[in-house]
Amino acid sequence: MERWSYVLASVLLAAVGLGVAMYRHADTGVPVLPDEDRVVWQIEARIELLATGVPTEVLLTLPPEQDGFLALSETGASPGFGFTVDQSGTQRRAHWTKRFATGEQVLFYQTDLIADPQHRVAPKPPGEVRKPSFDGPYATAAAEVLNALLPKATNAKTLADQLVQAANTRPLSQNLSLLLQGQAPAPLISSLLNQAGIAARTVKALRLDEGRRYQRLSDYVQVWHDGAWLLYDLGRGRIDDTAQLLLWQTDNPSVFDVVGGMRSRVTFSMTSQIRSALGLSRLRDSPFDLTLHGLPIAEQAMFKLILTLPVGALVVVLMRLLVGIRTAGTFMPVLIALSFLQTELLAGMIGLVLVVGAALLLRFYLSALNLLLVARIATLVVVVIALVTVLAVVSYRLGLISGLAITFFPMVILAWTVERMSILWEEEGAGEALIQGAGSLLVAVCAYLVMNLPLVRHLSFNYPELHLCVLAAILLLGRYTGYRLLELHRFRPLAKESS
Amino acid sequence: MNWWAAPANLRERGVMGLNRRNLDYVSGYNDRGAYPLVDNKLLTKQLAAKAGIPMPALIYDLARQYEVEAVHSQLADLSKFVIKPAQGSGGRGILVIAGRDGEHFVKGNGERVGMGQIKRLLTNIISGLYSLGGRMDSAIVESLVNAHPMFNAMSVGGVPDIRVIVFQGYPVMAMLRLGTRASDGKANLHQGAVGVGLDVRTGQGVGAVQRDRTITHHPDSRERLDGIRIPNWPELLRLASRCFDVTRLGYLGCDIVIDAQAGPLLLEMNARPGLAIQIANGTGLDSRLRAVLARESFAPTVDERVAFALDGLGGAIG
Repeated sequence: MERWSYVLASVLLAAVGLGVAMYRHADTGVPVLPDEDRVVWQIEARIELLATGVPTEVLLTLPPEQDGFLALSETGASPGFGFTVDQSGTQRRAHWTKRFATGEQVLFYQTDLIADPQHRVAPKPPGEVRKPSFDGPYATAAAEVLNALLPKATNAKTLADQLVQAANTRPLSQNLSLLLQGQAPAPLISSLLNQAGIAARTVKALRLDEGRRYQRLSDYVQVWHDGAWLLYDLGRGRIDDTAQLLLWQTDNPSVFDVVGGMRSRVTFSMTSQIRSALGLSRLRDSPFDLTLHGLPIAEQAMFKLILTLPVGALVVVLMRLLVGIRTAGTFMPVLIALSFLQTELLAGMIGLVLVVGAALLLRFYLSALNLLLVARIATLVVVVIALVTVLAVVSYRLGLISGLAITFFPMVILAWTVERMSILWEEEGAGEALIQGAGSLLVAVCAYLVMNLPLVRHLSFNYPELHLCVLAAILLLGRYTGYRLLELHRFRPLAKESS
Repeated sequence: MNWWAAPANLRERGVMGLNRRNLDYVSGYNDRGAYPLVDNKLLTKQLAAKAGIPMPALIYDLARQYEVEAVHSQLADLSKFVIKPAQGSGGRGILVIAGRDGEHFVKGNGERVGMGQIKRLLTNIISGLYSLGGRMDSAIVESLVNAHPMFNAMSVGGVPDIRVIVFQGYPVMAMLRLGTRASDGKANLHQGAVGVGLDVRTGQGVGAVQRDRTITHHPDSRERLDGIRIPNWPELLRLASRCFDVTRLGYLGCDIVIDAQAGPLLLEMNARPGLAIQIANGTGLDSRLRAVLARESFAPTVDERVAFALDGLGGAIG
């Protein structure tokens, strides 16, 4: 029978997906469950510069060996450039050269680091402390700051603690605010500690957050105390947990140097993978790495997001065909859920409701202008972007950083949503518009919750063949002719007699 | 009353869900190529005219801006007419003119309308303001239906219509739709109009529904709804049944109005008719559709199909 052959085909599809996944599991040992112990960070530095047509030379300081991270591999090959790693200085440096380069150049350095809390590196003790030279009014101010704190401090650690705390106290003391006019916070704190004869230095480190792209290094202060370097974040004080922080530049004076280029900048992208040590070693040996891990990191981060979409689509199919929730626009909820993955759920929901609500009000004014559809949507795109801009600026002013996350929403999708909601409002009444709006939000939140499950994110990226199973489920649901859950409620008057 | 019905219970009573309607009936029996015949009211009218199916008379149609400018003389002698978009949906862009007041026109609710307003409406219609997806549309000027006096006490606002579900040419279920204040006089169930289930054998009211809840009286006129009996029922079913021969849409909803003088007139057709008709009739569609499918060979004539319906669909109604 036709229906059974269809079911059989779907089941076969799912079996193929499952089979390939099982074979790959046996072959590469990629774990089925997300295993927090074996996180591998892939970090990519991207250097952009405009070469001026003379011999070009680029030096990038490389992260030192440090606690908590075990270096697995590194590559820096970039087309047209010679690449070596320079070990001669205090810190390793990547060295790219090209005889003649002109125009836009992009260089990549990529390293894989295993996050391993057990990994310890003997700290390199500091050399002799060089007293900095504060001059004029700064010297007096520095002396006064230190004199105020030194009696309370018993050692390097307590002095550093108090100094960082003083720099965070508002209002600032007059002396500190004077000093901060002359120097950035991190170098200033280091200099003050040096002044007091304590070994301290300004370092640059990279915050590791899953899937971040185009990040910069931030300044931190390291203080030598009791045979170890303590790390201070100027905004928050001493950092004990450095698992999410990769020291990049400690001894060298600069992060990168460019000769023969201009308008250069370096940005960092990162992504984490979960793989077993066995899988790692096999992948390293294989000449053809045909998994998604072979892609540049920025693209990998994109794919991690994109590959959760089919799961979201499945959730929409379930909610519409099995539950019977009405949504405005078929797959708009998945795109909203995708945005929620990048914002946070609460911030995303508040932002979404605010923008759609405000745009809807403006849309009612637009309907009085009698515009044609294309012009109407285009107007709404402009309105939505204006609203998003205002919301981002206002929330940032109010100190709500999460307000900025609103920019992750796809603007054109938002504009379409507003248009659909308002047509619904006019044609079917406010009730129907609210039902469908709330339904869309509910489905979006459900899709978000499923797409955000660590297991789902892990499997969808590491075992992409499992999407065949998702596809099979969608195909099967596409032929479901039974009742929807909400229809059992809707049609209950029809059942009462025989019950 | 329970909040939930058991699926087995609903299945036993032949209740059809949306998934089943979409998959087994709408996509199973309706050819997408025939959709424009029902979605575009101008095409519907041409088709109906050729087949001799009575509809409200088309006075005039226009699709170009220069025709709007010339509308002045076309409407000069008219006092009762309806302007609507050919591809409109949800009742948007419809203007009902019930009389004249010198140079002005008077709407169904007594409001006065000038020629300028009418021209602006026509411009909006042909530029696609009311059509699905904003496509260019044509405007239709048709004659106004005089609602049968039997509905005067019952309905609020516009003309009530009768929705008949026609499956493979067999009328299987029917429902009278009455405007309410909640629906702003429109006979649209989504907006709160009342649906009165009609016995497909007799045209007699069997139950009523508003917003998916069963009711016994009209919410505004307080009129009892179970005593309704539609006159000329077999003629109305014949009209509905003939729509299948014209469109070849196997699963079809026909909306029919009863004009005081002309009798039953086809208003429009729908290729995905809703399911609230089941609640209004207090019974499911599935068993009736199966009764039609169980007929070995389809009766060739309209009369035989209608006779099968009047006879109770081979016992499926009861």
